[in-house]
Amino acid sequence: MTFSAANVVAVGVLGLLGVGFYGLLATRNLIKVVVALQILVKSAILGLILAGYLRGQVVLGASLAITVIVADTIVAVIGLALAVQVRRKFGTLDLRSLSTLRR
Amino acid sequence: MVGVMVVVIVGAIFCALQSMRANRLLVSALWLAGTSALVALAIFVMGAPEVAVIELSVGAGLVTVLFVFAINVAGEEPIKLKPLVPRPLSIGLVALSILLLGWMGMPGLLSILQLNVTFSLPSAADFTRAFWEQRSLDVVAQIVLVFAGVLGVLGLLSDTETAGGSSEETQK
Repeated sequence: MTFSAANVVAVGVLGLLGVGFYGLLATRNLIKVVVALQILVKSAILGLILAGYLRGQVVLGASLAITVIVADTIVAVIGLALAVQVRRKFGTLDLRSLSTLRR
Repeated sequence: MVGVMVVVIVGAIFCALQSMRANRLLVSALWLAGTSALVALAIFVMGAPEVAVIELSVGAGLVTVLFVFAINVAGEEPIKLKPLVPRPLSIGLVALSILLLGWMGMPGLLSILQLNVTFSLPSAADFTRAFWEQRSLDVVAQIVLVFAGVLGVLGLLSDTETAGGSSEETQK
Protein backbone atom coordinates (compact mmCIF):
# COMPACT_ATOMS: atom_id res chain seq x y z
CA MET A 1 0.00 0.00 0.00
CA THR A 2 1.46 3.34 -0.97
CA PHE A 3 0.63 6.60 0.75
CA SER A 4 -0.41 9.62 -1.25
CA ALA A 5 0.47 13.17 -0.16
CA ALA A 6 -3.12 13.69 1.01
CA ASN A 7 -2.77 10.77 3.46
CA VAL A 8 0.41 12.32 4.85
CA VAL A 9 -1.43 15.64 5.36
CA ALA A 10 -4.32 13.83 7.09
CA VAL A 11 -1.84 12.19 9.49
CA GLY A 12 -0.31 15.63 10.05
CA VAL A 13 -3.72 17.10 10.93
CA LEU A 14 -4.25 14.34 13.53
CA GLY A 15 -0.73 14.75 14.91
CA LEU A 16 -0.98 18.53 15.36
CA LEU A 17 -4.42 18.02 16.96
CA GLY A 18 -2.89 15.56 19.44
CA VAL A 19 -0.01 17.88 20.34
CA GLY A 20 -2.45 20.78 20.86
CA PHE A 21 -4.75 18.70 23.09
CA TYR A 22 -1.77 17.51 25.12
CA GLY A 23 -0.58 21.10 25.53
CA LEU A 24 -3.98 22.21 26.79
CA LEU A 25 -4.01 19.36 29.33
CA ALA A 26 -0.42 19.57 30.52
CA THR A 27 0.40 23.26 30.81
CA ARG A 28 -0.40 25.61 33.67
CA ASN A 29 1.04 28.79 32.21
CA LEU A 30 -1.49 31.18 30.70
CA ILE A 31 0.74 32.20 27.78
CA LYS A 32 1.56 28.57 26.98
CA VAL A 33 -2.15 27.78 26.82
CA VAL A 34 -2.39 30.37 24.02
CA VAL A 35 0.51 28.58 22.25
CA ALA A 36 -1.42 25.28 22.49
CA LEU A 37 -4.53 26.96 21.05
CA GLN A 38 -2.43 28.25 18.14
CA ILE A 39 -1.22 24.71 17.38
CA LEU A 40 -4.83 23.43 17.45
CA VAL A 41 -5.91 26.12 14.98
CA LYS A 42 -2.99 25.31 12.66
CA SER A 43 -4.31 21.75 12.52
CA ALA A 44 -7.80 23.10 11.69
CA ILE A 45 -6.42 25.28 8.86
CA LEU A 46 -4.54 22.34 7.39
CA GLY A 47 -7.70 20.21 7.65
CA LEU A 48 -9.81 22.84 5.85
CA ILE A 49 -7.30 23.08 2.99
CA LEU A 50 -7.14 19.27 2.75
CA ALA A 51 -10.94 18.95 2.68
CA GLY A 52 -11.33 21.61 0.01
CA TYR A 53 -8.61 19.97 -2.04
CA LEU A 54 -10.14 16.49 -1.81
CA ARG A 55 -13.59 17.74 -2.85
CA GLY A 56 -12.11 19.64 -5.79
CA GLN A 57 -13.03 23.01 -4.23
CA VAL A 58 -9.62 24.38 -3.30
CA VAL A 59 -10.76 28.02 -3.41
CA LEU A 60 -13.65 27.40 -1.00
CA GLY A 61 -11.32 25.74 1.51
CA ALA A 62 -8.81 28.55 1.05
CA SER A 63 -11.32 31.33 1.72
CA LEU A 64 -12.62 29.52 4.82
CA ALA A 65 -9.03 29.02 6.01
CA ILE A 66 -8.36 32.77 5.70
CA THR A 67 -11.40 33.49 7.88
CA VAL A 68 -10.09 31.01 10.46
CA ILE A 69 -6.63 32.65 10.40
CA VAL A 70 -8.17 36.09 11.08
CA ALA A 71 -10.31 34.76 13.94
CA ASP A 72 -7.32 32.88 15.38
CA THR A 73 -5.14 35.99 15.36
CA ILE A 74 -7.83 37.97 17.18
CA VAL A 75 -8.08 35.18 19.77
CA ALA A 76 -4.30 35.23 20.27
CA VAL A 77 -4.25 39.02 20.67
CA ILE A 78 -7.10 39.04 23.20
CA GLY A 79 -5.61 36.07 25.10
CA LEU A 80 -2.18 37.68 25.36
CA ALA A 81 -3.66 41.02 26.48
CA LEU A 82 -5.64 39.10 29.10
CA ALA A 83 -2.46 37.30 30.25
CA VAL A 84 -0.59 40.61 30.60
CA GLN A 85 -3.43 42.09 32.65
CA VAL A 86 -3.69 38.97 34.85
CA ARG A 87 0.04 39.15 35.50
CA ARG A 88 -0.23 42.83 36.45
CA LYS A 89 -3.22 42.30 38.73
CA PHE A 90 -2.41 38.96 40.38
CA GLY A 91 1.36 38.77 39.94
CA THR A 92 1.30 35.25 38.47
CA LEU A 93 0.52 33.38 35.25
CA ASP A 94 -0.12 30.04 37.00
CA LEU A 95 -3.64 28.80 36.29
CA ARG A 96 -3.76 26.86 39.58
CA SER A 97 -3.18 29.87 41.78
CA LEU A 98 -5.63 31.95 39.74
CA SER A 99 -8.42 29.49 40.45
CA THR A 100 -10.70 30.33 43.36
CA LEU A 101 -12.07 26.78 43.64
CA ARG A 102 -9.67 25.07 46.06
CA ARG A 103 -9.39 21.31 46.14
CA MET B 1 5.99 14.98 -3.89
CA VAL B 2 5.10 12.57 -1.09
CA GLY B 3 8.65 12.75 0.22
CA VAL B 4 8.54 16.54 0.47
CA MET B 5 5.20 16.36 2.25
CA VAL B 6 6.47 13.74 4.73
CA VAL B 7 9.47 15.93 5.63
CA VAL B 8 7.31 19.06 6.03
CA ILE B 9 4.61 17.36 8.14
CA VAL B 10 7.07 15.50 10.38
CA GLY B 11 8.97 18.76 10.87
CA ALA B 12 5.78 20.62 11.79
CA ILE B 13 4.76 18.00 14.37
CA PHE B 14 8.31 17.96 15.80
CA CYS B 15 8.32 21.78 16.15
CA ALA B 16 4.89 21.68 17.84
CA LEU B 17 6.10 19.02 20.31
CA GLN B 18 9.24 21.03 21.08
CA SER B 19 7.16 24.17 21.67
CA MET B 20 5.10 22.25 24.24
CA ARG B 21 8.17 20.69 25.89
CA ALA B 22 10.23 23.90 26.13
CA ASN B 23 10.60 25.30 29.63
CA ARG B 24 11.17 28.90 28.61
CA LEU B 25 8.21 30.75 27.12
CA LEU B 26 10.35 32.57 24.55
CA VAL B 27 11.75 29.29 23.19
CA SER B 28 8.19 27.94 23.04
CA ALA B 29 7.06 30.95 20.97
CA LEU B 30 9.99 30.50 18.55
CA TRP B 31 9.19 26.79 18.02
CA LEU B 32 5.57 27.84 17.37
CA ALA B 33 6.83 30.17 14.63
CA GLY B 34 8.69 27.21 13.11
CA THR B 35 5.49 25.11 13.17
CA SER B 36 3.64 27.95 11.47
CA ALA B 37 6.26 28.28 8.72
CA LEU B 38 6.20 24.54 8.00
CA VAL B 39 2.37 24.44 7.94
CA ALA B 40 2.48 27.37 5.49
CA LEU B 41 4.89 25.37 3.31
CA ALA B 42 2.51 22.37 3.35
CA ILE B 43 -0.41 24.64 2.38
CA PHE B 44 1.64 26.09 -0.49
CA VAL B 45 2.47 22.64 -1.81
CA MET B 46 -1.24 21.71 -1.63
CA GLY B 47 -2.12 24.48 -4.07
CA ALA B 48 -3.37 27.39 -1.96
CA PRO B 49 -0.56 29.99 -2.16
CA GLU B 50 -2.79 32.87 -0.97
CA VAL B 51 -3.46 31.13 2.33
CA ALA B 52 0.22 30.14 2.62
CA VAL B 53 1.33 33.77 2.31
CA ILE B 54 -1.18 34.94 4.93
CA GLU B 55 -0.31 32.08 7.27
CA LEU B 56 3.41 32.83 6.94
CA SER B 57 3.12 36.58 7.46
CA VAL B 58 0.47 36.47 10.18
CA GLY B 59 1.18 33.13 11.89
CA ALA B 60 4.96 33.21 11.82
CA GLY B 61 5.40 36.99 11.82
CA LEU B 62 2.73 39.00 13.61
CA VAL B 63 1.75 36.39 16.20
CA THR B 64 5.42 35.73 17.11
CA VAL B 65 6.03 39.45 17.58
CA LEU B 66 2.92 39.62 19.78
CA PHE B 67 4.13 36.64 21.84
CA VAL B 68 7.60 38.15 22.33
CA PHE B 69 6.01 41.46 23.33
CA ALA B 70 3.62 39.80 25.80
CA ILE B 71 6.38 37.64 27.33
CA ASN B 72 8.56 40.75 27.61
CA VAL B 73 5.81 42.62 29.47
CA ALA B 74 4.47 39.74 31.59
CA GLY B 75 7.87 38.18 32.30
CA GLU B 76 9.01 34.56 32.39
CA GLU B 77 7.97 32.31 35.23
CA PRO B 78 11.20 30.45 36.06
CA ILE B 79 9.62 27.81 38.33
CA LYS B 80 8.89 24.54 36.54
CA LEU B 81 5.25 23.82 37.33
CA LYS B 82 3.83 20.36 37.85
CA PRO B 83 0.88 19.80 35.49
CA LEU B 84 -2.62 19.70 37.00
CA VAL B 85 -3.51 16.45 35.19
CA PRO B 86 -0.95 13.65 35.74
CA ARG B 87 1.30 13.34 32.68
CA PRO B 88 0.61 9.64 31.87
CA LEU B 89 -3.15 10.28 32.11
CA SER B 90 -3.01 13.24 29.72
CA ILE B 91 -0.81 11.32 27.25
CA GLY B 92 -3.22 8.35 27.43
CA LEU B 93 -6.29 10.54 26.91
CA VAL B 94 -4.75 12.30 23.92
CA ALA B 95 -3.60 9.01 22.37
CA LEU B 96 -7.08 7.54 22.86
CA SER B 97 -8.84 10.52 21.28
CA ILE B 98 -6.46 10.58 18.30
CA LEU B 99 -6.81 6.83 17.81
CA LEU B 100 -10.62 7.14 17.87
CA LEU B 101 -10.51 10.04 15.40
CA GLY B 102 -8.18 8.09 13.12
CA TRP B 103 -10.40 5.01 13.35
CA MET B 104 -13.48 7.07 12.46
CA GLY B 105 -11.66 8.71 9.58
CA MET B 106 -10.00 5.53 8.33
CA PRO B 107 -12.57 4.76 5.55
CA GLY B 108 -12.11 8.32 4.32
CA LEU B 109 -8.33 8.09 4.54
CA LEU B 110 -8.33 4.83 2.56
CA SER B 111 -10.69 6.21 -0.08
CA ILE B 112 -8.24 9.10 -0.58
CA LEU B 113 -5.81 6.48 -1.88
CA GLN B 114 -8.23 5.42 -4.59
CA LEU B 115 -9.01 8.99 -5.65
CA ASN B 116 -5.48 9.43 -7.03
CA VAL B 117 -5.80 13.21 -7.22
CA THR B 118 -2.96 15.46 -8.29
CA PHE B 119 -2.17 18.76 -6.64
CA SER B 120 -3.06 21.61 -8.95
CA LEU B 121 -2.98 25.36 -8.56
CA PRO B 122 -6.31 27.14 -9.11
CA SER B 123 -6.05 30.44 -10.94
CA ALA B 124 -5.98 33.70 -8.99
CA ALA B 125 -9.24 34.81 -10.66
CA ASP B 126 -11.04 31.75 -9.20
CA PHE B 127 -9.85 32.63 -5.73
CA THR B 128 -10.85 36.28 -6.10
CA ARG B 129 -14.33 35.30 -7.22
CA ALA B 130 -14.77 32.75 -4.43
CA PHE B 131 -13.44 35.07 -1.72
CA TRP B 132 -15.04 38.41 -2.60
CA GLU B 133 -18.28 37.29 -4.25
CA GLN B 134 -19.31 33.87 -2.98
CA ARG B 135 -18.02 34.33 0.58
CA SER B 136 -18.76 38.02 1.02
CA LEU B 137 -20.41 37.32 4.38
CA ASP B 138 -17.07 35.98 5.63
CA VAL B 139 -15.36 39.21 4.63
CA VAL B 140 -17.92 41.21 6.61
CA ALA B 141 -17.43 38.86 9.57
CA GLN B 142 -13.65 39.33 9.37
CA ILE B 143 -13.99 43.13 9.41
CA VAL B 144 -16.30 42.91 12.42
CA LEU B 145 -13.84 40.54 14.15
CA VAL B 146 -10.90 42.87 13.59
CA PHE B 147 -12.83 45.82 15.04
CA ALA B 148 -14.00 43.68 17.97
CA GLY B 149 -10.42 42.59 18.62
CA VAL B 150 -9.08 46.15 18.53
CA LEU B 151 -11.83 47.35 20.88
CA GLY B 152 -11.26 44.38 23.20
CA VAL B 153 -7.51 44.99 23.44
CA LEU B 154 -8.07 48.72 24.00
CA GLY B 155 -10.55 47.94 26.76
CA LEU B 156 -8.31 45.32 28.39
CA LEU B 157 -5.13 47.37 28.32
CA SER B 158 -6.54 50.78 29.17
CA ASP B 159 -9.03 49.89 31.91
CA THR B 160 -6.69 49.16 34.81
CA GLU B 161 -4.27 51.90 33.77
CA THR B 162 -6.97 54.56 34.09
CA ALA B 163 -8.27 52.88 37.25
CA GLY B 164 -4.76 52.82 38.74
CA GLY B 165 -4.17 56.41 37.67
CA SER B 166 -7.42 57.60 39.24
CA SER B 167 -6.68 55.72 42.49
CA GLU B 168 -3.24 57.30 42.61
CA GLU B 169 -4.82 60.68 42.10
CA THR B 170 -7.33 60.05 44.86
CA GLN B 171 -4.55 58.92 47.19
CA LYS B 172 -2.73 62.16 46.57
